[in-house]
Amino acid sequence: MISNGLPPSPLPEQGGNLGSLRSQAVTGAPILRTRGLTKRFGGLVAVSDVSLDLHVGEVHVVIGPNGAGKSTLTNLLSGDLPPTAGEVMLEGRDIAGLSSDQISRMGVGRSYQKTNIFLPFTVFENARLAAQSRTPHALRVFSQAEGYAEINQRAQAALAAAGLEHRAQRIAATLSHGEQRQLEIAMCLATQPRVLLLDEPLAGMGPHESQRMVELIKKLSADHAIMLIEHDMDAVFALAHRLTVMVNGEVLESGTPAEVRSSPAVQLAYLGGEELLHD
Amino acid sequence: MNSRLTKFLPWLVVGLLALFPLMESTFYLQLLTKVLIMAIFAMSLDLLVGYTGLVSFGHAAYFGLAGYALALLAPKYETVSLWWSFPASIAICALFALITGMLVLRTRGIYFIMVTLAFAQMLFFVFHDTKLGGGSDGIYIYAKPTMKLGEMELVNLEKLEQFYWLVLFLMAATYMLLHRVLGSSFGRALLGIKVNEHRMRALGFPVFRYQLASFTLSGALAGIAGYLAAVQYGFVNPEILSWHQSGAVLMMVILGGMGTLHGAVIGAFAFVLLQEVLSNQAWFGIAAKHWQLAMGMLIMLVALYLPQGLAGLMQRFGRKPVAEAADD
Repeated sequence: MISNGLPPSPLPEQGGNLGSLRSQAVTGAPILRTRGLTKRFGGLVAVSDVSLDLHVGEVHVVIGPNGAGKSTLTNLLSGDLPPTAGEVMLEGRDIAGLSSDQISRMGVGRSYQKTNIFLPFTVFENARLAAQSRTPHALRVFSQAEGYAEINQRAQAALAAAGLEHRAQRIAATLSHGEQRQLEIAMCLATQPRVLLLDEPLAGMGPHESQRMVELIKKLSADHAIMLIEHDMDAVFALAHRLTVMVNGEVLESGTPAEVRSSPAVQLAYLGGEELLHD
Repeated sequence: MNSRLTKFLPWLVVGLLALFPLMESTFYLQLLTKVLIMAIFAMSLDLLVGYTGLVSFGHAAYFGLAGYALALLAPKYETVSLWWSFPASIAICALFALITGMLVLRTRGIYFIMVTLAFAQMLFFVFHDTKLGGGSDGIYIYAKPTMKLGEMELVNLEKLEQFYWLVLFLMAATYMLLHRVLGSSFGRALLGIKVNEHRMRALGFPVFRYQLASFTLSGALAGIAGYLAAVQYGFVNPEILSWHQSGAVLMMVILGGMGTLHGAVIGAFAFVLLQEVLSNQAWFGIAAKHWQLAMGMLIMLVALYLPQGLAGLMQRFGRKPVAEAADD
């Protein structure tokens, strides 16, 4: 029941280079697409009729002011919330309304805006648990958890990719804020997703850590489909292949960064330019 | 605490306990048998409370059900073989836990506490108000189960010390089983669920299935304790399913320290022995009648000053200074 017919991603290679997935042409079919995706909370429409495509090899950045519905959109894609209407197609299969653990096992990983890790565990155990979630042995009740070389290796590789290998034995609660954000990403990677939903991974990071994270996301974009929610405009334009602007739950504009920048609608909505987006 | 010492300490304790019948004190041997049975019961609850993050206030249901299962499975005036009545009683508990688990695990927090209590109370009234289990009087188990290997009597449960050794063996076996299970991938997933259920789900763990497995295992282990208790007392009545019993085992777990197996064992020792001491009329006179009052205050003190329970207290004395252990 755990496996769903999709082939598992290959093991990450040494040296932090995460995998060599079949490179899918950016122009090909999207791995994940939404059509008419809508979420209402009572009378409030948090996400309204959103249609977007995610391609392997592309970073699709979603920007917009607070309350625009970006996080709700992420929650709809990851299964944390069921949509009110619309469809979410993952490789041609409608996953709208599936539970978050089902969607995760189908290869959609997410990070949280508010750091969401296992604080009392070691950094390694955080990543190890994430890696364990991908194995059919997960329900083995006698052999000891650390005995699976493959899982350990995957956890180690994910930590290395996120730049945390030197912190493996630390308790997660004692990490700096920026390192906890890195761990959040490492856990996501350890589940070997093909689609990454990153909700403000740079929030609260110092300039050095931010730079590092931007490099990591860039590297990951080669073989993952990434949806990135971000307020940091430098990072947005450094990373975006495709940009979607959301306002009041609706898509205001979507296209290449250049197209969006020159869009009259966007310019009208953000008269002052970037600083409004920084909110 | 020295890691080699921690590894061998449980064996040392079991070894010493095995020698206890040499003291030839019927009273204390029976008391210690009760303690060990309660230790199994407390460990089974700790699996839920301390390792899965589910506070059940109806754990007596599984304890009592196993006792009733033995009483009802055994022919009235003849002996029953332990070889089938024991697994059958435990299977009944596991099945009941599986079914109730499917319902109660849809709730969380205070609602989980209330719903588990409600199921236990339902079972209490089924046995209390119907003729099924002899009503409020309960049922006598006139003859203890037999453990025969062919014609040979392997363990004679009528003999106090042999029964004691069997209980001790099962207590150690429960400890070892849980120790293995909690160190496995399954156990790690349970701990993850306790710490951050939401994140476990986002990582792809089917949380409900893990919780249900834990709930079922916990119910089955409580059944071991309940079966043994019924054998020891020679009767069952609805009291063994009552919420007092659920509360007592929860107090043992809290007293000993949630989330440590040896804590549950220590908690069972402390609770049963305290109960014995505090209700001793020779020592406390009129106050002995109201031993619950003193017990309640002690539990409050532990909750306030020893959130890790008595096991945490031991660790505090045994641990090396924090500065030494932290950072590399």
